[in-house]
Amino acid sequence: MKQKMQVLGKAFACAFPFTVPILAGFLFLGMTYGVYMNALGFSFWYPMLMSVTIFAGSVEFVAANLLLGAFNPVQALALTVMINARHLFYGVSMLDKFRGTGLKKLYLIFGMCDETFSINCSAVIPDSVDRGWFMFFVTLLNHFYWFAGATLGGVFGSLISFSTEGLDFVMVAMFVVIFLNQWLNEKRHVSSLTGLAVSLVCLLVFGADDFIIPAMLGILLLLTALRAPLERGGRAQ
Amino acid sequence: MTLTERIITIAMVVLGTMLTRFLPFLLFPAGKETPKYVRYLGTVLPAAVFGLLVVYSLRGVSVLTGSHGLPELTSIAVVAALHLWKKQMLLSIAGGTICYMLLVQFIF
Repeated sequence: MKQKMQVLGKAFACAFPFTVPILAGFLFLGMTYGVYMNALGFSFWYPMLMSVTIFAGSVEFVAANLLLGAFNPVQALALTVMINARHLFYGVSMLDKFRGTGLKKLYLIFGMCDETFSINCSAVIPDSVDRGWFMFFVTLLNHFYWFAGATLGGVFGSLISFSTEGLDFVMVAMFVVIFLNQWLNEKRHVSSLTGLAVSLVCLLVFGADDFIIPAMLGILLLLTALRAPLERGGRAQ
Repeated sequence: MTLTERIITIAMVVLGTMLTRFLPFLLFPAGKETPKYVRYLGTVLPAAVFGLLVVYSLRGVSVLTGSHGLPELTSIAVVAALHLWKKQMLLSIAGGTICYMLLVQFIF
């Protein structure tokens, strides 16, 4: 029992620093979401419960609009799958890393939002730290930050005045740093460049609301076409 | 919408999200050999996805109107410079974010 607590404590202490940028970002974005729901006339129960059960930032804003429209569950499902299709890539990337994590795996998959995936996929975890519990605490902390932000925003929505303009950039900064770390650690940049270039082209062609699916297909196509040369040159990362 | 309809709508959004997160694990369970092609994707996709996420997080920036994406570009340069210099994740993120906040609040 004491040993177990030590393992947990160590994993938590190792995981927390990785989540600090997300603490700032999610409290802020979560609050924005709560305030938004508040302004649309929803009680704080909505952002509070939706932040826990859905836990996927962008789609929660969309869900707010769905709730105000006509009842159409099929459309709600289809729209959600389309917006969140990028998660499919996260799953494929984590098939190996989540192996052997026991029951925690269910929660790791449930809570795999963009930010949690980026950390769990890129963090270099020391051998002395339990991998499963490290990823569990990253997921749990991020989940909690988002929940806390959304609830606070929902409760105090009308009272908050924003002098924090621009704080949401913390998420951009984090993705840039994770991309840079990947870049510095890989021998060849084919995959990184593919992701960046295809996404950029698709954003320009299809616009901000519709570029994710074409970008995913383009990335998949290119990486499939490049499989032989990439595998010949050893692992791409 | 009635309360029941709202609950069903939220449940659909939860279901859709879970579908996209669980599907790869259901298709390729840990007990079975994962096809080589999928394992290959698992090794090359993360790098591409990080690129996608950078673009995704900047999708709302308009280059043609407003501040022309200059605060974003400047702050990303600050993030990159700090990171190449000190390689301290939190420092790079904090520095870039503070830079961005100063820019949008006082200059642009």
